[in-house]
Amino acid sequence: MDSITSTIQVVPLNHYILLSAILFSIGVIGVLIRRNAIIIFMSIELMLNSVNLLLTAFSAYSGDASGQVFVFFIMALAAAEVAVGLAIIVMVYRNTSSIDINILNRLKW
Amino acid sequence: MSLFYLVAFLSILFSLLVIFTKNPVYSVLYLIATFFTFTIHYILLNAQFLAVVNFIVYMGAIMVLFLFVLMLMNLNKETEPMKSNVLKIVGVIAGGTLLVTLIGAIKAMQTTAVSTTTNTQIGLVGNLGKVLFSEFLLPFEISSILLLSAMVGAVLLAKKDKRTQNG
Repeated sequence: MDSITSTIQVVPLNHYILLSAILFSIGVIGVLIRRNAIIIFMSIELMLNSVNLLLTAFSAYSGDASGQVFVFFIMALAAAEVAVGLAIIVMVYRNTSSIDINILNRLKW
Repeated sequence: MSLFYLVAFLSILFSLLVIFTKNPVYSVLYLIATFFTFTIHYILLNAQFLAVVNFIVYMGAIMVLFLFVLMLMNLNKETEPMKSNVLKIVGVIAGGTLLVTLIGAIKAMQTTAVSTTTNTQIGLVGNLGKVLFSEFLLPFEISSILLLSAMVGAVLLAKKDKRTQNG
C-alpha cells in the first residue's frame, strides 16, 4: 500500500481537480439532455461522486482528515436523497404511467 | 502513476456511456462501473475507509435501489423518452461551456505543485473513526436522524394512497 501511495503523490493535484470538473460537467450534461427521471437522478449521483472524489483528493494531499469525514456525511446524505427521490419517482410513475419529466409541468404558472 | 490516468480515462468513458446510452438498464450498469472506478481512485489516494464505504453504499445499496425501481417500471429502449437533437446539442454546449469555465478557473488559480505531505495514514479506519467520534460527533448523530426521516418519508411516499386508489 505504501508503494501505491508514493506513486499517487507523483500525480499533481491539478489533475484530480480537472478529472472532477470533467465528471461534474458530464453530470450536468446528463441532467440537461435526458428526459428519463431516473437517468437524471443518476447524473445527480455522478455529480455528487465527483465532488466526493475532489474532497478526498484535497484531504489526502493536505493531510487533513476532515475532508474524508465530510465525504462520509455526503454519502449518508446521498443515500437518504436516493431513497426519497426514488419513492417520489415511483409515485409519479404510478399516477402517470410514465417517468418522462415533461409530464411534470403542472407546477408551471 | 499511469494507473491513475488509466482509471481516470475509464471513469470519464463510463460516465459518458451512462448519459448517452439509450437503454436505462445499461445506464445503471455503466453507473456501477463508474462507481467502481471511483472506488479504485479512493484506494489510490489511500482512503481505505471511503473505498469500502463507497463500495458498500454505492455499488451495493444505491445500485440495488436503482435497479429495483427500474425493473419495477419495466422500462426499455422503446418507451424511453428522448429529447430532440437540437435540445441535446444545446445541452452538450451548455455543459461544455461550464467545463471550459471551470478549467479556465483552475488554470487561473495557480496552485502550488505537489504538496509534500508526510501523513499518508489519515484515510485509515482508525484515524477517521477518531476524528468522526470526537470532532464530528454531533453531525454524526444528526445524520442518523436524517436517515430515519428519509426512511419514514420514503415509505410514506411509496405507499399507495387509499383515497386515489385506482389499481
